[in-house]
This record gives sequence, structure tokens and C-alpha cells, in this order.
Amino acid sequence: MNCQLAADNILFENALYRVIYDAVGSFLPCWLAYVAAGLAIMLILVNAVLLGAALVTWFERRLLGRFHNRIGPNRWGPFGLLQPIADLAKLMTKEDLIPAGADKITFSLVPLVMMAPLLLMTAVIPFSKNTALANLNVGVLFILAIGSLTTVAIFMAGWSSNNRYALFGAARAVAVLISYEVPVVISLLGVVMVAGSMSLANIVQAQAIPFLLVQPLALLIFLTGMSAELNRTPFDVAEAESEIIAGYHIEYSGIKFALIFAAETGAMLVVAATIATLFLSGWVGPFAEYIGWFWFLLKTLLVLFVFVWIRATYPRLRVDQIMALSWKFLLPLSLINLAATTLEVFFLRDSAGTLATIDLWIMAGINIPLALGCIFLFGNLVPENAKVLSVRPTTVVVPAVATVEVR
Amino acid sequence: MLEDYFRQYGLIAIFAAIAVLVPTGMLMMSYMAGKVGLRPSNPTPVKLEAYECGVETIGGRWNQFNFRYYMFAILFVIFDVEVVFLYPWATKFLKLELFALIEMAVFVAILLVGWAYAWRKRDLEWRS
Repeated sequence: MNCQLAADNILFENALYRVIYDAVGSFLPCWLAYVAAGLAIMLILVNAVLLGAALVTWFERRLLGRFHNRIGPNRWGPFGLLQPIADLAKLMTKEDLIPAGADKITFSLVPLVMMAPLLLMTAVIPFSKNTALANLNVGVLFILAIGSLTTVAIFMAGWSSNNRYALFGAARAVAVLISYEVPVVISLLGVVMVAGSMSLANIVQAQAIPFLLVQPLALLIFLTGMSAELNRTPFDVAEAESEIIAGYHIEYSGIKFALIFAAETGAMLVVAATIATLFLSGWVGPFAEYIGWFWFLLKTLLVLFVFVWIRATYPRLRVDQIMALSWKFLLPLSLINLAATTLEVFFLRDSAGTLATIDLWIMAGINIPLALGCIFLFGNLVPENAKVLSVRPTTVVVPAVATVEVR
Repeated sequence: MLEDYFRQYGLIAIFAAIAVLVPTGMLMMSYMAGKVGLRPSNPTPVKLEAYECGVETIGGRWNQFNFRYYMFAILFVIFDVEVVFLYPWATKFLKLELFALIEMAVFVAILLVGWAYAWRKRDLEWRS
């Protein structure tokens, strides 16, 4: 019963997995040690996402409170930290209604279909040096593919709720999601190209300088696109409270609502972790051998703060503005980023097909002005056709107000 | 090589099962809580109505889909299929020759013509 990971085993590179495997391998058969070591890491990941989602709700509400010049939840526990627990207890004890005429099975499956891909996405994110559940060589593709499964869940919710608003919300959500999927996916091509690998661990290692500087345009597009895919505020037409009440999750109550809400905030956490890994060099920092997880959490928290900041700053866009932003602004920008990165890589690489740190600095020097120039140029290329109409007073004397007609 | 594949994706498969089991377990716990009376469960016809604005729902609860979604769906499919070809190319581009660059430029250019055509035909606008 003495199982040790062989050095030629691919899981040998995974430091955390190796330690657990060798520990449980001393008294378990080998195949069971394989499963048990995996389950130990899965326990960490599942708890990280579920508890993390709870903490993110607290973080977001506290921060939004500060942005709104109020305090936010502060009664339950120190700084209101236990507020998510109280919310969960409340939602668990609420009645769980399924509306009449709803497709009961599909309706009940939605929380499951929203939560499962979210948990699965964390499998490839390295949260410290050599510490991911599986260092897949198609990590980026895995995250993008699994992440877009949420679309199906949203449409299932809208379809099965037997409610007009839910269907409106779902249709809008799917339109937004498929529109922003394209620039998001194309923007990550630049990152993959410079790193020369789709494995997240290799991408972190390739970041001699953070890709924040090398691929600023890709970061901007990814951040914007992900804000839209998560239905966060500037792009939240899918659950616009003032138009369609709550969109696709309008009919959900009790634990199902809790799960959908947890999946939404958890998705924000996972996306923030992805951005921290892909653009802010993940666990890399001083003493990364020992406290890599600290740098990873710090960078994730930074991205989360940016997400909340965006939410607190911008008003909601109209649905045509959202579509125009994706197809006329982000898509050309992502293709320009792709073309620029391709040419830079082609001319800067050495004969062995590698990029030195100085090459990355040169790329940063080209790409940052390029990003600013493109944003300025394309921001002014497609103006809103807005003109001020002066209203002539008729027989009824009304104060002369200027109305803006927007087409 | 194949063993490495199964070792990694075996873990992913187990995790997929866990990822399905965890929310299912939470839903089951809530169901049991309903059974033992930890949470109320007495649906009435009024409670089960569609939630709109407090007034009874008029007409059917289904609405028509807008045709505009169709154009975006088609454009999405075109670009997403393109990306499937772009990812392997981008992964290996550090070691590829000039030919690969030109070939991909031609490939993207063909798709861009379609995109420009859609823009020209005002299909990217949300017209009513």
C-alpha cells in the first residue's frame, strides 16, 4: 500500500496534489489515493467558490454602500461579515414556489446548470505555484467553453418560467452573451499567442512582465466582455429591474434563487481569478514560492474591486447601444489587437521561436499607445446620432426645453 | 502520453460529478427541509400566478421572439467557428512560418468581408 507518484507521471508536477497523494498513499491503494487526493483539492475549490461567492456579495454590498455614500450592511457580525449567512438562512427557510404552467423539470434544473460549470471552471486555475486541480494544455479553451454553458441555463430559466418578463430577459441575455463572446474569445488569442501555450500555468510563467502591459487592449475587451457576460450593471439589460423586474430569475424563490444568485456572484469571482491569472501574472510576486496564494488572492480582489467600481459608476446602456458596443467597437478592436500582436510576435521572436523579456517590453511600448489610439479613434468613429431639437411653444405655453432625440 | 491525458481528464470527470452533486445536494436539502417543516410549503393559485405587476396576467404568457436576434446568432456562429481554427494556430504561432501568417490573414479577411457587408446592410443595428 505504499504509493508514491512517479516522476514521469504528469500529476507529479502538481505540488499540492503530490503532497496529498503521498500522504494518503501510505495507507490507501493507489487508485483510491488518486481519487482521494483529487477530492481533497476539489473540496478546496468547491468551498472556495461557494464561500467566496458569499463573501463577494458582502464585499460588493459594502463597497457599493461606500460608493453611494452610505454604510452598507454592518449589523450582523464584525463589519457585517455574517450578512451572507443571514441571507442564506433566510432564503433556505422561504417557500420554494414553482409557478403554475411552468416546465417543472427544466425550472428545477436551472440552479444546477448554472452552478456546475462555474465550479468546473476553477479546475484549471492555478491558485499558487503548480497548484491547480489539472494543468490542462487547453486551459484557456476549457474556461471559455465551460463558461459559456451559463447561456443555456439562462435560457432554460426564461423558457420554463412561463412568464413574459423572464422570456424577455432570457432573450436579451442570450443576445448579449453571444455578441460579447466573439470579442472576448478573439481578445484572448493575443495572450495565447504571446505565451505560446493555452495552459494557464504556462501563461503565468510566460508573464515576465504582466500581460496587463503587453496586451492592454485585450484586457480592456476581456473585462468589458466579461462584465456583459456576467450581466453586470452597465450591461444588465437581461435583469433590468426598472424594465423587466428581474429578467430570467423573476419566478425563482427560496433555495433556487439563492443558488442562482450564488452562481452569479461566484462567476464574478471566477472571472476575476481568470483575469488575475491571464493578465496580472497570477501567483507571481515576492516570495511567490511560499505565499503565491496571497498574491493570487490580492490580484483577484483587485479585479473584483474594478468590477464593483464599474457597476457603481456607469448607468445602464440601452440594448441597441450594447449591441453596437460589441459589434462595432469591441470586435474591430479585438481584431486590431490580434493583427498587431501577430505582427509583433512575427518580427520580434528569435529563430528558436521564443520571446525575450526585452521583446515583451517593446510590445508593451507599441501596444499601450495603440490601445489608447484605437479607443480614441473608434470611440469617435461611430457617434451616436444625437441632435438637439428645440421645441417650439404652441398655444399651450410650455417652458422651452431641449429634448435630445437619439436614433 | 495517453495515460497523462486520462490522469488529468479523470480528475476533471470526477470534479464534474462533484460539481453536479453539490448543487443537487443543496436542492435536496431544501426539499427535505420542506418535508420536515423547516420551511413553509402551501402553494395557492394566487401565489402560483406569473409575477408581473400585481394585476392579473392578460393574454398568453408567451411572447414573440424578435427576428433581430437571428442575425446576431448567425454572425456569432460565423465568428465562433473562425475562433476554433484560430486557437490552435495562435498557440503554435511562435514557431510557424510566414506562410501561416498569410494564410490566416486571408482567412480572417474573408470573414471580415462578411462582417463589413452585415454592417453595410445595417444588420448590426437594432432597428425597429
